[in-house]
Amino acid sequence: MMKSSYRVTSDGIDTAAMLAEVGDAGAGGTTLFVGTTRNENEGRIVERLEYEAYEAMALEEMRRIGDEIARRWRVIAVCMVHKLGVVPIGQASVAVAVSAAHREEAFAACRYGIDTLKTTVPIWKKEFYRGGEHWVGPCHAHGVSGRG
Amino acid sequence: MTIRVLFFAYLRERCGVREVDVELPEGASVGDLWQRLAARFPALPTEPPKFAVNRVYVDKGHPLHDNDELALIPPVSGGNQ
Repeated sequence: MMKSSYRVTSDGIDTAAMLAEVGDAGAGGTTLFVGTTRNENEGRIVERLEYEAYEAMALEEMRRIGDEIARRWRVIAVCMVHKLGVVPIGQASVAVAVSAAHREEAFAACRYGIDTLKTTVPIWKKEFYRGGEHWVGPCHAHGVSGRG
Repeated sequence: MTIRVLFFAYLRERCGVREVDVELPEGASVGDLWQRLAARFPALPTEPPKFAVNRVYVDKGHPLHDNDELALIPPVSGGNQ
């Protein structure tokens, strides 16, 4: 039975605590992906990012991703954390930790976890840049304000 | 029946609401509710967002039931980190 934990938090992401959570005597490899806020996007100088979630569904979607990981790979433990609210440049907004007996499973499951999280988990990012703000999404035609 | 509708991110800002309750006839679908919302909120885009009913993604044909919670899900933040 895979161990799992899923959280959204308005505090900073404690990656050391996440690694401890997925730690296990049977683990031969642990992967940790940390997504951090970048100071530039599409030529704009980004000053900070703000994240908003549909919290109840975000946690359920994270759990569904974890359940799929447990079906596909032999993984010991998964931990996913997403920060909400303001995230200054250079700080972690999302992290996924996976432990497994062997590194192949740990890498594959972590990759699948972050890639899927970023397409299905209902969390939205608003970018505040010099001269404006806008909601980030695959379609850049929406939500733009304050440009120019 | 009464359906609670949740707005997030740019849809929340454009429409100026976080949630509304909508009365619909029995048997209505998500698509029927979307048409009702589009008439009430001209700021909604013509292209519908994704929908979730009771925190699970559904399509427009999904049948609604009394006290369901429908969320309008704009595109999520995407993956370029």
